[in-house]
Amino acid sequence: MNIDEQTVDKIAHLARLELAADEKQEMIKDMNKILGFMDKLNEVDTAGVEPLVYMTAEVNNLRDDVIKQDITTEEALKNAPMHDDSHFLVAKVISK
Amino acid sequence: MTILNSSVTDKYELVVGLEVHAQLSTLSKAFSPDSAAFGGQPNHHISAISLGHPGTLPRINKRMVEYAIKMGLACNCSINLHNTFARKNYFYADLPKGFQTTQDQQPICLGGFVPVKLSSGVTKNIAIHHIHMEDDAGKSSHDQHDEYSLIDLNRAGVPLLEIVSQPDIRSAEEAGQFLTEVRRLLRYLEICDGNMEEGSMRCDANISVRLKGQTTYGNRCEVKNLNSIRNVQRAIEHEFTRQIAIIEEGGHIDQNTLNFDAATGETSVLRSKEMANDYRYFPEPDLLPIQITEEQLESIRQAMPALPNQLFEKYTGELNLSDYDAGVIIAEKDLADYFEELISHTGNYKSAANWMMGAVRSHLNENNLTAGQLELKPKALAGLIDLVDSGKVNNTVAAQKIFPELLKGEEATAEQIATRLNLMISNDSNEVEQFIKAAVAKFPDKVKEYQKGKKGVLGLFMGEIMKSSKGKIDPQKTNQLLIKALESE
Repeated sequence: MNIDEQTVDKIAHLARLELAADEKQEMIKDMNKILGFMDKLNEVDTAGVEPLVYMTAEVNNLRDDVIKQDITTEEALKNAPMHDDSHFLVAKVISK
Repeated sequence: MTILNSSVTDKYELVVGLEVHAQLSTLSKAFSPDSAAFGGQPNHHISAISLGHPGTLPRINKRMVEYAIKMGLACNCSINLHNTFARKNYFYADLPKGFQTTQDQQPICLGGFVPVKLSSGVTKNIAIHHIHMEDDAGKSSHDQHDEYSLIDLNRAGVPLLEIVSQPDIRSAEEAGQFLTEVRRLLRYLEICDGNMEEGSMRCDANISVRLKGQTTYGNRCEVKNLNSIRNVQRAIEHEFTRQIAIIEEGGHIDQNTLNFDAATGETSVLRSKEMANDYRYFPEPDLLPIQITEEQLESIRQAMPALPNQLFEKYTGELNLSDYDAGVIIAEKDLADYFEELISHTGNYKSAANWMMGAVRSHLNENNLTAGQLELKPKALAGLIDLVDSGKVNNTVAAQKIFPELLKGEEATAEQIATRLNLMISNDSNEVEQFIKAAVAKFPDKVKEYQKGKKGVLGLFMGEIMKSSKGKIDPQKTNQLLIKALESE
């Protein structure tokens, strides 16, 4: 796969990132390098090898269904760019 | 909307698959310990995890997994013992993490079916594709502020089950019955309250049409925002004719996501296929897999409550109730629970069912109560049934005099009330004879009519005797004595 400007635009949109023209060129170069590296790895024969997803063999890290409330509404809202007494405020998501 | 001739619509077959989201009634959220309760002041049930703060580590709620297995067993699914979670990535203001935590590759329940009873008398099995666990998003309000949307994250992270049917549904009726049955199972299992208006059960419908006899599916539309069973049916009916009209005009169905407007009953395009999200699923690295053992599965299986279909079989088989009575009693879990307790205290199942179908249900309906809210406990009602069976009071007195007293939820038993109100049937034949004699003396001309063969007047005498005795007689015995008295006049 070759990364072109169109692919970078699509990925940038999915990640909600805005890239300047020179940043795009930089990104095309970087991402092609990354894919080249992946191609190298793909040369290794992995037939019969299960994909490694988790870095540990642990399973069942479960928690009992018990309520623990450790932050307040005020604390929750504190870091938000915009809020009132009880809600986060965001740009209108849909127009009426 | 285009009105289509039935000769046109009859050529087509409706194909529907449903996705049901059920909010699980756990105490805490799916992956964090803040409260999962509905309602509450905005942004009170929150934690650093459900707010999606960086560096926080989610942990799986054990009860969510248990509830998912229960629903899978109730839907005849096979349970996947090795479970993983995945991230479904998309941006929305009420999704602070930037992804929904869901199951992608290995959902907890696979296959299975839900039997639904149709008005034609046929029972149809609607196949289940799978059931998976995921978390809910927060809530946005767009109409409370001129400039901004308001975000409440109480719901963010509440556990959901997504129950996905196969495209097996062929009519709005089947869709309605499927949803009714799924909701009933959720309620019997006590894992979700099934309230569609409050959003604790939600439904999306994938709807397509095809010419009858065709084996491939047509392009489907997914309708969102269906907040009642009726609206699911309305959306299906609307889409059926809309899609046929387009095809008949030579057009083709675009695979769109549609919104349903409950006010107009019509659908409109929410997202086109080109605008479809690219979710870029990948394994959730912060949640380790869940390995369920056969032992755990077995212990959940053992602890399963009796499900509506099993109770129906028991009532119509073992207890010999009619299909109709059994159907009414199992319709609501509360009613079935009440009946189950009632028949643990009395062996007269038929009478128990009659009380449920008659006096109990009309009292519940009149007062808008559920059986669980009744002051009258099943044991006390069983006492009344036994009192009738032992011949100490008759049915009319039981229903009209004692039952209303019992409804007040007093400590007194039916027998104590009957004694207190002086309602016990008199076994004193002299007393009964007196009542009969008085009635016969009161209507001499009716006695003649009776003797001429007009047996119908018997009811009049019985009514009179009932009145004068205030119901404290054994109707059958009195009836015999009355006939004897009339014939010997």
